[in-house]
Amino acid sequence: MANPRTNFIARLDWVTIILFLVMVGFGWMNVFASSRNEGTGGSLFDFSQRYSKQFYYILTALVIAIFTLTIDGKVWSFFSFPIYIVTLLILPITIIIGKEINGARAWIFIGSFSIQPAEFTKFATALALAKILSAYNFVVQKPRNLMTIGAVLGIPMILILAQKDTGTALVFLVFVLVLFREGMSWVVLFVGGLAILLFVLTMLVPIPVLLAVISVIALGLTWLYQRNFKFFYIGFLSLGILFGLASLASTYLGQDWSLSRMFFLASFVAFLIWLTIILRKRHNPLLLILLTWFGAILFIFSVDFVFHEVLQEHQQSRINNILGLESDPLGRGYNLNQSKIAIGSGGFFGKGFMQGTQTSLNFVPEQSTDFIFCTVGEEWGFMGSLMVLGMFSGLILRLIFLAERQRSAFSRIYGYGVASILFFHFAINIGMTIGIVPVIGIPLPFFSSGGSSLWAFTLMLFIFLRLDTDRYQIVS
Amino acid sequence: MLNSNPNRKYVVGGIVLAVTLVYMLRLFYIQVIDKSYQLSSKNNSQLRVVEYPGRGMIFDRFGKPMVYNEAVFDLLVLPQQTKAFDTMDLCRILSVDLMEFRESMKKAREYSRYRQSAVVRQITPEQKAALNEKLFQFPGFSFQIRTQRKYPQSVAPHVLGYVGEVNQTDINADTYYQGGDYIGKSGLESEYEPYLRGRKGISYQLVDVHHRLQGNFENGRFDTIAQPGRKLTITIDAGLQEYGEKLLAHKKGSIVAIEPSTGEILAMVSSPGYDPNELVGRIRGKNFERLMNDSLMPLFNRATMSRYSPGSIFKIVQALIALQEGVIDEFYSVDCNKGIIGCHNHPNAHGLREGIMYSCNPYFYNVYRRIILQGKSTSQFQDSQIGLKTWYQMVCSFGLGQVLQTDLPGIKPGLIPDVAYYNKWYGANRWAFSTIFSNSIGQGEVETVPIQIANLAAIIANRGIYYVPHFVKSIEGVDSIPEKFRVPHHTAIDTKYFDVVADGMQMVVNQQGGTGSRAQVPGVIVCGKTGTVQNSGGKEDHSGFFAFAPKDRPRIAIVAYVESSGAGGVYAAPIASLMIEKYLNGTITQTDKELAILEYKQF
Ligand SMILES: [Zn+2]
Repeated sequence: MANPRTNFIARLDWVTIILFLVMVGFGWMNVFASSRNEGTGGSLFDFSQRYSKQFYYILTALVIAIFTLTIDGKVWSFFSFPIYIVTLLILPITIIIGKEINGARAWIFIGSFSIQPAEFTKFATALALAKILSAYNFVVQKPRNLMTIGAVLGIPMILILAQKDTGTALVFLVFVLVLFREGMSWVVLFVGGLAILLFVLTMLVPIPVLLAVISVIALGLTWLYQRNFKFFYIGFLSLGILFGLASLASTYLGQDWSLSRMFFLASFVAFLIWLTIILRKRHNPLLLILLTWFGAILFIFSVDFVFHEVLQEHQQSRINNILGLESDPLGRGYNLNQSKIAIGSGGFFGKGFMQGTQTSLNFVPEQSTDFIFCTVGEEWGFMGSLMVLGMFSGLILRLIFLAERQRSAFSRIYGYGVASILFFHFAINIGMTIGIVPVIGIPLPFFSSGGSSLWAFTLMLFIFLRLDTDRYQIVS
Repeated sequence: MLNSNPNRKYVVGGIVLAVTLVYMLRLFYIQVIDKSYQLSSKNNSQLRVVEYPGRGMIFDRFGKPMVYNEAVFDLLVLPQQTKAFDTMDLCRILSVDLMEFRESMKKAREYSRYRQSAVVRQITPEQKAALNEKLFQFPGFSFQIRTQRKYPQSVAPHVLGYVGEVNQTDINADTYYQGGDYIGKSGLESEYEPYLRGRKGISYQLVDVHHRLQGNFENGRFDTIAQPGRKLTITIDAGLQEYGEKLLAHKKGSIVAIEPSTGEILAMVSSPGYDPNELVGRIRGKNFERLMNDSLMPLFNRATMSRYSPGSIFKIVQALIALQEGVIDEFYSVDCNKGIIGCHNHPNAHGLREGIMYSCNPYFYNVYRRIILQGKSTSQFQDSQIGLKTWYQMVCSFGLGQVLQTDLPGIKPGLIPDVAYYNKWYGANRWAFSTIFSNSIGQGEVETVPIQIANLAAIIANRGIYYVPHFVKSIEGVDSIPEKFRVPHHTAIDTKYFDVVADGMQMVVNQQGGTGSRAQVPGVIVCGKTGTVQNSGGKEDHSGFFAFAPKDRPRIAIVAYVESSGAGGVYAAPIASLMIEKYLNGTITQTDKELAILEYKQF
C-alpha cells in the first residue's frame, strides 16, 4: 500500500469520496423518477428535461471536485476573506438584477442558465469563520471577538433575508455548533437550543400540554438529582392542588379562565413557594432546575402573548406560513400532507424504482427539489430512508472525525463548518418532509435537483478533502 | 487558537446521532407502523375544488334591487387530459380570440398539468349551452359557475363602484384571495367588500391517476361550505337617483341629496357618468379604457372630488359665525357700496335676512371684516391672526376643510385656509384682513366639494347639527350601521341663530327680488341659496345652488352644480327644485321647468 505521507491519492479520504459518489448517483435516480413525467418524453440528452439537466449538473460537479483537489489548500486559507467578501457583494447585486421565483429574489439568470449565489455564501462564510477562529490566541468568549463573529455570520444572513430566502438565511445559525466546538460556553448552546425548541413547540403544541410536559421533565430531573421521589411527589401534589385552587377561583369569580392561564397562575404561586423553600435549604442544583422550569414557562407565555396580542394578523400568518401551520395560496400545508402520504405509503421495502405513484403524479411543485426525500421514501421504503439517513449521518460523523485529526486549527474549524452545514440541511430538509420540522425550503445536499446547491456543496466538501490531504503540514 | 475543547466532538457527534435516531423512529412509525398513509395513497390524489358564492345583492332604501347577479361560466381545463381538439371551433362557439386562447392554454399548462385552470372567463349561458352539446369532443374541459353583476336601472355608477379580478396587490394584502377571484374595486363594492363577497367554499376531492373523481377527501373533514355574500341595503332612492341623472344628462355637474335627520344620502349624481353594465364581463377592459381616455372624465365622481369655490353659498356660514361671535345681530344693515367690492343692482339690505336674500357682497365683506378684526390687538396683523384662528375653528365645525368620514372611498377634503396657510404663503405678519377679504363671499382660497355643501344644507335644516352623510342603511346579519354614522355632530353655532338664516334662505327663493326664485316648488317652502362660482380661465361661471325643504321639519337637503352654465339661479336652482318636488311629492308638476332643463345640452 502506498505511503500516505508521499502519495496524494493515498492521502485522500476515500470513505468520504465514495459516500459522495453514492449519494449523488442515488440522488440522480430519484430526480429521474420524480421528474420523468414532467415533460412529454425525450431522451437523456434532451436538455429541456429536469433529469437530463441534472445529469449535466452532476458531470460539472465532478469536474469541480477534481479541479478543487488540485488546488493547494493554502489558497483557501490565504484568500478566505476575499472570497467571503466577493460572495457577499454578489448578494445585493442579486437582489437588484435577480428574478423573483416563489417570492424570493435569489436567482441570477444568464440566458436560460440560473445560479443562486447564496448557496456559495455558505462555504465562503465557513472559510472566513475558520480564518478568524484559527488566529493565534483567539478566545471565543471575549466580547470583542463575539462581536466579530456575530458580524461575519450576521451580514450574510441579513443580505439573504433581504432576498426573502428565509431558509438559506437560517442555515447560518448552525455555526453555533462550530463555535461550541471551539470553546463557546455551554450555556449559549443550551439556552439557544432550548429557546428555539420552545418557540417552535409553542406554535405547534397546545400550550397546556406543553406546560404539563415541561413540568414533568423538571420534576423528573429533581428525581435524577435527589435519587428519591420526595420532591417528585411534593412537586406533583403542590402543582395539582394549586391548579385545583385556580380552577375553583375561576369558577367562583365568574371568570372563564383558559386552562393555560390557570396553569400559569398555579405555576407562579408554586414557583414562589418552592423558591423560598429551596433558598432556605440551599439546594443549589434544585434552584437551577426551578429557575429553568419557570424561565421556560415565562418564555412560552411571552411568545404566545406576543404572537396573539402584539403581532398583526398578517404578521401572524407569515409566521404560521413559515412554520407550515397555515395553507398559503400555493398550499404548503397541503404539500406537507402529500409529502407524508408519499413517504408513509412506501412501507418497509418501498414500491420500487419508478413505481411511485404519489411522487410522480401528485401536485407538489418542489417534488424534485426540496421534497426529493418523498421519492426516496415512497419508492425505496423504510430501507431506502434508513440508507439515506445512514449515509448522511455517516458522512457528517466522518467529517467530524477528519476535522479532529487536523493539526491546523484552520482546517479543523473549516471541517466543522462543512459538517455543520450538511447537518443543518439534512436535519431541516428531511425533518420537514416527515412533518417534525416546519416547512423551510432548503435543498437536501447531493439529492435535490438544481445546479447551484450541488456545485456549492461539492466545492465545499472537496476543499475540505484537499485540506485534509495537507494534514501533515500546517496550514495557517 | 489552541485546540482547547477536544471532548466536545462527542457532544456534536451526539447531536447528529440523536437527530438521526429520532428521524429513524419517526420514519419507522409513518412507513411501517401507521398504515393510514398507505390507505390514503392508494393511487389516489386530491383535487381542490372551489365553489364561488354569489356576491351580495344591493338594494335601494325602499328595497328595490339595484345590483344583482347573473350566472356566467368559466371554462376550465385540465392540461393532462386534453387531446388534440378543434381549437378554431371552440373559439368560434365562445367567440374568443384564437391567439388569446392559445396564450391562456399555454399559461394553464405552465401552471400545472395536474391542476385545473380557467382559460376562458365569463361565458354566457347561451354559449355554454352551445358548447355543452359537443363537450365530449373536448376532453379535459369543464365548466365552473361564476356570477357577474347586473344593474337593472343602470344608475349610480360612481356610488356602486365596480367589481374586477384581483391583482397581485390584493392577493398580497389578504390571503383570502387567489388569482381569478373577484373583488370590489371602487365605490360601495370596495367599501363593503368583506360583507358582499361572502366566503368561498373549498372541497378536496379524491381523484385517481386518470383524474376521475373518487369522492371527498377524508369525508370532507377539511372542506368548507360556500357562504353567499350578504345583502346590502343602501340609502339611495333609486327613483330619485334615476331622475337626477336624467336632469343632468348632457351637462357637466353633480347633485347630492341628503335626508337631514339621519345623514342618509338619497341621491348622488355625477355627470357625465356611464352605464355600470358597461364595466361587467368581457367588455369591461375595452370600455374601461375608453372611459379612462374620455376628455369629459365620466369615471370621475364630481360630487365628492370636484373642488369648487363655494361662492355666495359661503355667505350663510359667514352670517352664522358673525352671529355666534356677537359681532352682528339680525338687524345689522349695510349700504351696498360697490366701491369696496363689486355687487349687482339691488335695494340696500336692511337686516341680515335681506343681506342673504340680495346676496349683497359689501354686506358680507363687512360681516367677515367684523369676524376677523375684533380689535383684540392693536396691530392689524395680530388682530387678523386672532380673528382668523377663531373663524377657522368655527368653519371646520361645519365639516368643511376635511374629509367627511363617509363610506365612499376617495372623498376630497377641500380647503379652509388657516393662519399657518397664510403665514406660509405671505410670511408671518405680512398679511391682514385686506389680503384675505375675498373669503367673505366664498371666493379667495376657500374650496369645498359638493357633498360638503349638501351636508351644509343639512346642518341648516337641522339648525346646527349633522350626521356624517353615508350610504349604508343596513347589512344583512349586522345589527346596526357603524356608530360613526349614528352620532350627531354639533357645529360651534348655537341653535338659536339658525332661524334667522333659514328665514333669509326662504326669502332667497320665495320673496320678490330673491336670487333663487327658480327653486320654488308649488306648495312647499323651500329655503335655498345661490352660489355662482367664478370659473378660472375666463369661461362661463359654474352654477351652484343649495337648499333644504320644507322649511319646518325638513326632509331633504340638496346641492346642485352645473359647470360653466352661468349664475347659480339659472340652471342649478331649477334642478334642485325638480329634485325636491320629485322626492317630496313623487310627481313633477313643473313640466315647463323640467323641459327647459332637459333641453339644455352642453355636449
Ligand atoms: Zn349689494
